[in-house]
Amino acid sequence: MFRLEKRPTPSTFWSWGTPVLAVILTMIAGGMLFAMLGKDPVLAIKAIFWEPLFGANASYFRPQLLVKAGPLILIAIGLSLGFRAAVWNIGAEGQYIMGALCGGSVALAAYPAESFLLFPAMIIAGAIGGFIWAMIPALLKIRFGTNEILVSLMLVYVAENILSTLAFGPLKNPEGFGFPGSRNLQQYPSAHNADLIANTGLHWGVVTAFLAVIGAYILLNRHILGFQISVAGQAPRAARFAGVNPNTLVAICLGISGALAGLAGIFEVAGPGGQITDSFNVGYGFTAIIVAFLGRLHPVGILLAGLLMALTYIGGEMAQLSLSLPLAAIQAFQGMLLFFLLALDLLTNFRIRIGGLI
Amino acid sequence: MKRRQFLATSAIAGTALGLGLAGAALAQDPLKVGFIYVGVPGDGGWTYQHDQGRLAVEEHFGDAVETTFIENVPEGADAERAITQLALSGHKLIFTTSFGFMDATLNVAQKFPDIKFEHATGYKQAPNVATYDARFYEGRAVIGTIAGRMSKTGKIGYIASFPIPEVIQGINSAYIHAKKVNPDAQMKVVWVYTWFDPAKEADAASALIAEGVDVLMQHTDSTAVMAKAQEAGVYAFGQASDMTAYAPKPRISSIIDNWAPYYIERTQAVIDGTWEPLASWKGIGDGEVVIGEISDEVPAEVRDEAMALRDKIGSGEYHPFSGPLNKQDGSAWLAEGEAADDATLSGMNFYVEGIEGEIPQ
Repeated sequence: MFRLEKRPTPSTFWSWGTPVLAVILTMIAGGMLFAMLGKDPVLAIKAIFWEPLFGANASYFRPQLLVKAGPLILIAIGLSLGFRAAVWNIGAEGQYIMGALCGGSVALAAYPAESFLLFPAMIIAGAIGGFIWAMIPALLKIRFGTNEILVSLMLVYVAENILSTLAFGPLKNPEGFGFPGSRNLQQYPSAHNADLIANTGLHWGVVTAFLAVIGAYILLNRHILGFQISVAGQAPRAARFAGVNPNTLVAICLGISGALAGLAGIFEVAGPGGQITDSFNVGYGFTAIIVAFLGRLHPVGILLAGLLMALTYIGGEMAQLSLSLPLAAIQAFQGMLLFFLLALDLLTNFRIRIGGLI
Repeated sequence: MKRRQFLATSAIAGTALGLGLAGAALAQDPLKVGFIYVGVPGDGGWTYQHDQGRLAVEEHFGDAVETTFIENVPEGADAERAITQLALSGHKLIFTTSFGFMDATLNVAQKFPDIKFEHATGYKQAPNVATYDARFYEGRAVIGTIAGRMSKTGKIGYIASFPIPEVIQGINSAYIHAKKVNPDAQMKVVWVYTWFDPAKEADAASALIAEGVDVLMQHTDSTAVMAKAQEAGVYAFGQASDMTAYAPKPRISSIIDNWAPYYIERTQAVIDGTWEPLASWKGIGDGEVVIGEISDEVPAEVRDEAMALRDKIGSGEYHPFSGPLNKQDGSAWLAEGEAADDATLSGMNFYVEGIEGEIPQ
């Protein structure tokens, strides 16, 4: 018989080993799924994990990994700080939208003036937009004790409606023949978040994402605030005795994650996306939650998890194309990844004993 | 032969991308035609009809053509990558089948001047980018006539997606022709701001039915409106695809998007080397807009009347927007004997006289 025994402290080996094992198990289970659909599992797995990195057109797809991973990492870093402190911001998607709207509005208001100040102004406005949207659940929690999970999630839908109103109204391209959507910021030099080196995918958003990884690493390991975040999450009572003000912590965690999500939003619409349309948001804010946990809430882990997630997206598209795999199969494959990761979490906190007492 | 087999096996081996480029040198290789879908072929509406067009291309050309599609592609950066993937993998003709793919299509087209692109419902062309659309308003004139005849309350409900010219043309055309046969006809418009959301569409249908509407039209893609119409015992029309599952009632007819003739024509043009970047806008006359079978619920004389109107539009004898017509605010739009020009129609942002309510801005 199997028996589970709680470990006195979580296993360091398994906390790093489980993501790798989860990826391997996903490959096996996913391969079986692909085989049942009548596709060669080895080729499918190869299309997803190998082709974008080392395939014939890898020079195009490698930069695309950065484009896709950039916003995921940026948002996930912010979320991870809150998650460590048990502050659950589920509404990053809304903060992402509001960041894009605020930053994008600055650019559209200035159109067609060219100035080197415009881009920094857009970025600041984007961060503020996300920050303010995250402050709503923060203040409601501090003042009235509301549940930030619900409030932040519900505000996603509010943000989506504001987006739809603005995309069809004030932000609509006056030269767009009545069609919805803003001007394309890629065609507005001062506002365009272009690749810093052409065709590398390395735009300011990706740079910011890397900086956020480094910043979060230092914060968590070297700064008192990082210590307070960890303590508050693991032992709230102890944190109070150590002088941590839980309200301040709620505001800081939601504020940082909101601002980072807002930044991701403005970098996206000013760069790879180009346009604010009623459906420009494609769920980065929600996917980032998976990335944060896949990365163990650790900055470096999130960096790797974001790249892995981007790889399954881009590789998934390649498998759709070269093997005619349906999108649903790819999504199931991505779902398996999270499933195995969470299931294997057991190994981090428990030891499996075979035999012994029942 | 061996080389061909090698190519075939390698393509399956997942290295199709690189070899697709090398293989282009071989004259005998099939022409690869790619499609980008905003939804899934199983939506029973918009994407389904594009996929039917793709299948028609495969059937028509047999081994001479190979088609591929990528489904559920979000608009924005993801669309650009998906289109680039098709371009990199040796596709020589690429159809991007949603309005929102416009800028992405143009961006990719700039990088691949030798590949032909076709963008559905857009308005920006380039040396290697054509646009195509269908004159759905022609079909609306026909079903508007049926709606006017079939409505007892005179209230016709219209579930509209987005306030863009294509949708506004449809509302105006349906209203004008309903009013012609039924002077009491009123148009009740609900904007749902989605192309496909069964729940929202059903809510809108319920609200309209509660207001006394007894004929429903929709410019959205799901069959949820049909289901509501069936419950309430009112009439409705299939949209984009035939939706025959709901015939003979509530579905009394339908407007079908038939892209097959256009897709075959354009594929042939690429094979022949005669492809040009056109802005195609075809209607009933070219078979791109098809009126689905009119069910037995509709009296024979109404059916004949509708068919006669369809034929007159198809032959070019009659234009659905013919004067005298005023705008909603009462100002003159078209004089007696005058027909609307395409430029006005493709930027249409006003209701015609008689429609109540405002177009959301």
